[in-house]
Amino acid sequence: MTRLKADQRHSVRFSLNGKSVEGEAEPRMLLSDFLRHQLGATGTHVGCEHGVCGACTIVVDGMLTRSCLTLAAQVDGCDLKTVEGLAPSADRLGVLQQAFRRNHALQCGFCTAGILMSLDHYLASNRAPTEAEIRDLLSGHICRCTGYTPIIQAALEAAAELASSKKETSDA
Amino acid sequence: MLQAVKSANPGSGDEPWVGRSIERVEDAALLSGRGRFIDDLGVQPGTLHATILGSPHAHADILSIDVEAAKRLPGVAAVLTGSDVKAVTTSLVVGVKAPVECWPIAMDRVRYVGEPVALVVATDRARAEDAAELISVEYRPRGAVVDPLGTLAPGAPVLHDGFPGNLASDRYFRYGDPEKAFAEAPHRFSIDIRYPRNSCTPIETYGVVASHDAGEDAYEVLANFQGPFSIHTVIARALKVPGNRLRLRTPPDSGGSFGVKQGVFPYIVLIAAAARVTGRPVKWIEDRLEHLTASVSATNRATTLAAAVAADGKILALDWDQVEDCGAHLRAPEPATLYRMHGNLTGAYDIRHVKIRNRVVVTNKTPTGLNRGFGGPQVYFALERLVQRIAIGLGLDPLDVIKRNLIDAGAFPYRTATGALLDSGNYQEAVALAVEQGRLAELKAKRDEARAQGRLYGIGFTAVVEPSVSNMGYITTVLTAAERRKAGPKNGAQATATVGLDPVGSVTVHVASVPQGQGHRTVLSQVVADVFGLQPGDIRVNTEIDTAKDAWSIASGNYASRFAAAVAGTAKLAAERVAGRLARIAASQLNVEAADIVFAKGFVASRHNPENRIAFSRVAALSHWSPGSLPDDAGQTIRETVFWTPPELTPPDDEDRINSSLCHGFIFDFCGVEIDPTTLETRIDRYVTMHDCGTILHPGMVNGQIRGGFAQALGAALFEEYAYAEDGSFLTGTLADYLLPTTTEVPEPEIFHMETPSPFTPLGAKGVGEGNCMSTPVCIANAVADALGVADITLPLVPARLAELVRGAEPPPPDGGAIATPAREGDRRLRGEGAASVKGAPEQVWAMLLDPATLQSVIPGCQSVDKITDTHFRADVTLGIGPVSGRYRADVELFDLDPPRAVTLRGGATGALGFGNAEGRITLAPDGNSGTKLTYSYDAAIGGKVASIGGRLLDGATRVIIGQFFTALARKAGGGGAEGSSFSLFAVLAKVASLFGGRR
Ligand code: FES
Ligand code: FES
Repeated sequence: MTRLKADQRHSVRFSLNGKSVEGEAEPRMLLSDFLRHQLGATGTHVGCEHGVCGACTIVVDGMLTRSCLTLAAQVDGCDLKTVEGLAPSADRLGVLQQAFRRNHALQCGFCTAGILMSLDHYLASNRAPTEAEIRDLLSGHICRCTGYTPIIQAALEAAAELASSKKETSDA
Repeated sequence: MLQAVKSANPGSGDEPWVGRSIERVEDAALLSGRGRFIDDLGVQPGTLHATILGSPHAHADILSIDVEAAKRLPGVAAVLTGSDVKAVTTSLVVGVKAPVECWPIAMDRVRYVGEPVALVVATDRARAEDAAELISVEYRPRGAVVDPLGTLAPGAPVLHDGFPGNLASDRYFRYGDPEKAFAEAPHRFSIDIRYPRNSCTPIETYGVVASHDAGEDAYEVLANFQGPFSIHTVIARALKVPGNRLRLRTPPDSGGSFGVKQGVFPYIVLIAAAARVTGRPVKWIEDRLEHLTASVSATNRATTLAAAVAADGKILALDWDQVEDCGAHLRAPEPATLYRMHGNLTGAYDIRHVKIRNRVVVTNKTPTGLNRGFGGPQVYFALERLVQRIAIGLGLDPLDVIKRNLIDAGAFPYRTATGALLDSGNYQEAVALAVEQGRLAELKAKRDEARAQGRLYGIGFTAVVEPSVSNMGYITTVLTAAERRKAGPKNGAQATATVGLDPVGSVTVHVASVPQGQGHRTVLSQVVADVFGLQPGDIRVNTEIDTAKDAWSIASGNYASRFAAAVAGTAKLAAERVAGRLARIAASQLNVEAADIVFAKGFVASRHNPENRIAFSRVAALSHWSPGSLPDDAGQTIRETVFWTPPELTPPDDEDRINSSLCHGFIFDFCGVEIDPTTLETRIDRYVTMHDCGTILHPGMVNGQIRGGFAQALGAALFEEYAYAEDGSFLTGTLADYLLPTTTEVPEPEIFHMETPSPFTPLGAKGVGEGNCMSTPVCIANAVADALGVADITLPLVPARLAELVRGAEPPPPDGGAIATPAREGDRRLRGEGAASVKGAPEQVWAMLLDPATLQSVIPGCQSVDKITDTHFRADVTLGIGPVSGRYRADVELFDLDPPRAVTLRGGATGALGFGNAEGRITLAPDGNSGTKLTYSYDAAIGGKVASIGGRLLDGATRVIIGQFFTALARKAGGGGAEGSSFSLFAVLAKVASLFGGRR
């Protein structure tokens, strides 16, 4: 294992939404700060910096991760996905994002990135989730604006739409 | 069960956009990570970053602050303490007339945990935090007081000499003839209430970027402030500049506020001061611990409310005695929380005689400020609990008592006894609709069935008037009529909106409403599109505010649910004014009368001959390209700003009657709750909420406001409390301690609507965002009281509190049971004992214990030990407890020396992260094997930041640290180990993991 010097900046490289990125970080720098302030990927938000609110949730090597509880140096060489990578193109929203917009599943939008990441990750492997399962999944996220039910509704709609579009492709 | 959310329906284009749930224009950016929140925006190169050192004590004198080591750290530009801030600012104004100062940073004395003591400015945040750790502050603790009634008791520690007895204001009011009503009424009911402290805690914390231009002595500030902009004058005054030298701007997006971001203003002053001192832009982003500890909180209140009641349940008079706890400083606009509801102290009821005593007190807690519901939860908790008690006392159905007292449908506009002018409503019809559509009969049957099976099931009711659009003059009700005459009139609520047309005829709207996620841009695009016959997508709305360039007034901002009622209506007026001129221009071009002109589908046309038309954009652009060809009376159509203030908002009259708000929505809620007989957890079975908020502009957003408010109110009812220990230590500094409701606790409320338009607002809309924060906590409390058959209910309804209600106080544990007694709520004393075996004779161990070099090597995290005298040591220690680690300076003295058998250690430690003091006894005895058996016991108390965020870990962590000490001592002596069964690093790690991992 490489030992990093506490008072030195070290180069950190990883793949962010399919593109390779690079920056320098002291060993103590949090991944959330690195993403936001070094790379300018400000879509990932920080609400508590102690792992409870879920706003900073991203995907690291296929695992849901609290970027506020992760050091930048830890993800050297990893594959990261953040909210910036969700839309199919800059002017189009993905199925889940559209469902959020249709259902008014966000107000201030500060918590939203983390919730989208959890759902995107979950729906990829769970085609037909129940309301209870979605509620359970999202219990690790805090939203102060919406009262949650529009988020649950959006997730269920997106799941149904994703399932039917997958079915169409496989039928075709 | 989810209720379907109505989605957008583009329709034929003929029906108005207002009233439809179109998709929000805000969402695409927010959903793809392109929001522009304050910490997402770039700053000028060379911007410095600030961190704040907060007080670990609730009440203490600052004897000295040593900042030299911090200043020497590379990258540190400045360290500011109270005197440095005082040199460039002046005290914030205080909400009542009293010889009291209110600074954004402590001067000589701290009065609440987290109060800023020093500000470090450095090249980056991490450097600033490093430096803050090097600041050493010497405090002399004073007695602290946290209870609003306790603070009034004779002998209580006094916070401010200018508030004798901690009383900041004491006013009596009398309306009608309450004494007579009480004397003649057959019944009198009374209730004592303690409303707790809580906060709506937005997920985005405060942020400020400030700079100072020394040449012009002018400040520029970007902050996620939400208004009211009356605070702009407070900030400018504190910074000693006229208003035109304080340019205050807001970022495009803000991560929720719910009132809370009003409280960023003392930090604006601090960061602006730092910018002036350093001559560089300074940025500060608050962290969650700071936010929970020291941002702002709703007020907690002690209330006694009595009612004179007729035999049929009719309430004849009320007698309010409210003691409002505003925390350590009375910051602007407090004591507004207490007076916001002044016109509405009779709720939804027709009660003509009212007596009030309002006291405002200070305690050693965080200063209070705006919070969704603002005074409503406190008032309705007392009033609606009392209504239930009246029903029980008279053997009536609570719903019948509510109905008997509701204001008559024919009485609107209705002037309440205390002065509010209730604009419109039909409360009887709203109740009837809710009872029917919400299936109350079914709920009652369910309760009967549950009770027959021995289950704990209850139903609660609430009727609430939700005020919106505050009268800027209501706060002056705290002054006497004579004082008001001297100060000059204050009243009204100026709203402003600007509609502009550019050279290609596209429409821009600007308002000073400063939304915090409510979708104002979308609603305004609907409102203005309707006026111009355009699509919402054609209208661009900007809601950022820049006080140097935009139209604004002291009433601007996002509070008191004023958007739909006041701001959206003003935008309509501005658009109509422009449309009126465009109609005149179009009329001259189309050769028709202006009265014949209509705006539809992108054209300006003749009503009678729709073929006779001209494209909207052509007419709209004319003012730019050819002003000379406009008819003389048309005037320009480039930009129109409208200011609107309702005439109904008059100042308090000489009898202290005040129309505190313009609009009054009505809410009627009922709910069924079931309480688990074993865990005493409260589960909301069904929650029905009926709203009449006048005309609905966007159903999806109105329901969004209701759901959001409901979820926050559910948290306030069941989980949330800013908890303080008796010594003023703050105990809920993380979101793992201050529990917020999540998806698994928040059910979908069943929402019903009725629309009685307000005659006082341009669109007929009233506010809707705060109502459930007022109605829901007490509705749930009434249901729980019904389920348990108890009379007194205190929020939050955590199982431990219900257990006390139902089963009585928990008996103390049997003697000699636990090794370390876990703390009761509010008692953070830690006690423990243990043993270790050490090689070497007692004499040898004794010598080690008294030797600084040995101590330095065995005390966990010890940097140095100085021997001050033979029995006095001073150590510099770095300790980590839970998620925080920090440096402490420890002073240890030895007493009752009995060499080499026993010694008592007594000492205290202080550091940036908190303080502690402890006493311990160590005894040494030969173990009969040429070694020494060492036993120890300790009794420690810990406060400050570690108590706020590591409270639940302290017990375990203390045992670990003490265990480490003896293990190291044993190792140093060459053998043995600690046997204290209490030492388990694994257990503590598991605790830490559970804190951050799955909760509940
Ligand atoms: S910021 Fe990471 S969980 Fe809250
Ligand atoms: S949308 Fe504001 S916190 Fe979730």
